Amino acid sequence: MKAPAKKSTPRFAHRHLLSAEQLTAPDIEYLLDIADKIADANRAGRRKSDALAGRSLINLFFESSTRTQASFEMAAKRLGADVLNMSVATSSVNKGETLIDTAVTLNAMQPDIIVVRHHSAGAVALLSQKVDCSVVNAGDGAHQHPTQALLDALTIRRAKGRVGGLTVAICGDILHSRVARSNITLLNTLGANVRIIAPSTLLPAAADRLGAEVFTDMWEGISGADVVMMLRLQNERMEGSFVPTTREYFHFFGLDQEKLARAKPDALIMHPGPMNRGVEIASTVADHSRSVIREQVEMGVAVRMAVLEALAGNLPTT
Amino acid sequence: MPANPAKSSSKPGRAASSAATGSGRTVFINARLVDPASGRDELGGLLVEDGRIADLGSHLRRNAPDGAEVVDCRGCILAPGLIDAQVFVGEPGGEHRETLKTASHAAAAGGVTTMVVMPDTNPVIDQVALVDFIQRRARDNAIVHVATMAAMTRRLAGEEMTEIGLLKRAGAIAFSNGKSSVANTRVMRNVLNYAKDFGALIVHHTEDPYLSGSGVMNSGEWATRLGLTGVSKVAEAIVLERDVRLVEMTRSRYHAATLTCPESLDIVRSAKRRGLAVTCGVSINHLTLDEKDIGAYRTFFKVRPPLRSDEDRRAMVEAVAAGDIDVIVSSHDPQDTDVKRRPFAEAADGAVGLETLLAAGLRLVHSGEVTLMQLLRPMTINPARLLGLDTGELAKGKPADLVLFDPDEPWVVNKDLLRSRSKNTPFDDAKLQGRVLRTVVDGSIVYEYAGIERT
Repeated sequence: MKAPAKKSTPRFAHRHLLSAEQLTAPDIEYLLDIADKIADANRAGRRKSDALAGRSLINLFFESSTRTQASFEMAAKRLGADVLNMSVATSSVNKGETLIDTAVTLNAMQPDIIVVRHHSAGAVALLSQKVDCSVVNAGDGAHQHPTQALLDALTIRRAKGRVGGLTVAICGDILHSRVARSNITLLNTLGANVRIIAPSTLLPAAADRLGAEVFTDMWEGISGADVVMMLRLQNERMEGSFVPTTREYFHFFGLDQEKLARAKPDALIMHPGPMNRGVEIASTVADHSRSVIREQVEMGVAVRMAVLEALAGNLPTT
Repeated sequence: MPANPAKSSSKPGRAASSAATGSGRTVFINARLVDPASGRDELGGLLVEDGRIADLGSHLRRNAPDGAEVVDCRGCILAPGLIDAQVFVGEPGGEHRETLKTASHAAAAGGVTTMVVMPDTNPVIDQVALVDFIQRRARDNAIVHVATMAAMTRRLAGEEMTEIGLLKRAGAIAFSNGKSSVANTRVMRNVLNYAKDFGALIVHHTEDPYLSGSGVMNSGEWATRLGLTGVSKVAEAIVLERDVRLVEMTRSRYHAATLTCPESLDIVRSAKRRGLAVTCGVSINHLTLDEKDIGAYRTFFKVRPPLRSDEDRRAMVEAVAAGDIDVIVSSHDPQDTDVKRRPFAEAADGAVGLETLLAAGLRLVHSGEVTLMQLLRPMTINPARLLGLDTGELAKGKPADLVLFDPDEPWVVNKDLLRSRSKNTPFDDAKLQGRVLRTVVDGSIVYEYAGIERT
């Protein structure tokens, strides 16, 4: 729909950010451009703005996450929003309230943005249908975590100058990973060549249909990669169910100097955190000069600020 | 790449039981060379040099090369040494039943030059260090090649998978859950899926433990008459069919260890037609014995899976003839009298078989049910290829793992003369035809028939 009379058509034509799938390449570039500037400003010490002044944001976390919740809170506060953190321990969910009732209740408080993490795939989208405000998916089950994919793309773009054309190898528990699903989609949209590397037990069905090249041999999969993105292996997956032991997993799928040597000499090392040192990544690699794991955390705040700002631009004026 | 375990045992410590000819050259002349891998069946000779086959063919039938020690085979059969892909040994943990050493002497006497030992030991072979233990003990004490089958789940409990990648690197040639089936389908799926990445072969005993319950012999008229609880063939078919579905899903390599009935054969044939990497084995017991042999509760005929009906047995023999059965094993399972001399239901399963494998198999040849080639293929080249062993054929450059036997010589089995530490043979007092005369491993004689058995 064209709105020629208006002085500015919103550049970011979305009410919610639920999935990397909804984002076009221009959408992504638009968000990354804003985030890039914010990141520079943050570094320069100009961290405060009033883009969200007078707005209220609820961090609704049904699944505990120190990092993501803190990142969103920091982002919102820098933009001048009022932030309310609700974690599952203190919410009525423990008292048996359904997700939809929770949504309706919160909606009645008239927040502007709700950031949601939930352990069930699709739960955030369901909630978004029941509220009048904007909703940001901060992770729904093994489905999506779009701001993670955006911050990864930003980190890569800042280090490499581009994303398109790069070979990105994502290694680890693809089966249970929303980070992998979001990244495969978003990096593909930006024109990267995506590879996924995992033992067959940690690959989802039809893995080859996701737009990534599939490898079960890490030495092969990592060869010539520009970016190596390691995923966290959850403790409960290690003991004999999906992989036999952490020892064997590290031997065949942990990123160590030897396997890293197969990637390009200037390959970036990434990890969404929190890391299991000695399980999926060796300490020497995690702390490598090419490791951008700390930058990922930094870009996380910048990207989330950009997302909140872009969504706020579409909110009715207060 | 793991080193070939079959080769790794050819080290000092091999005690040849007779005058060794390992170094230098030996020529076997006047032999009937039978080699299933090439289809060769001709009169000729075979030259061994430095433990390997240097030459063979009809041109060596009477002409011994200069300087070679000559063995006149007098028209007897010279074939690749047998590979027994399922041998239970008591080491570690049950040395009173059998050690690698005693089992290897039994193997040598039976013409078996490679035995694959199963992980059902105490402790279970489910760790790298234990694979290493078996290989060291075999290197130091065994007189035939020993290859290790490792456990696919910890303690064979069917719950958590083992370090299949590291175990394979340590030399495990395949992975099995021993005498028990993995009942949990999800675990089985994950094991197959995981093993695929390493090209590892999964060997599975197929028996639904819930259905077979406390069963002790084949379900049917005989079990009913004897008042014993039955194990239905369906218990085998259900797990096999499930496994094949999982193989289809995961595209992994799967071998059904010992099948017993035509219902199972149909499942395997269908899987093969669909192009799946599915193979199957049978034990010599299920080709030569049936449930009626149990007679009045003879516990030496109590094996797992149980002996089936004569009809089933004949179907299995026909499948060997048709080439539908890939591997024949002895399923050598030594048990001492303490656990065998009990009421049938309480007695241990298992029968020794290394020493009688070939002669029992020759029964089928003498009765005209299978040809010699059809019998030997599943005991030589087939298991060699399945397990990735560099042996099992008469070809230049291959290890000189050989068996020389007289297919016609009659003898009566005397369990007290068995080399195995346990004497639980179902063939005691059986009249067999076919005698191993000499067994050669890497060019060294490990067994030689003295004409008169020791006592």
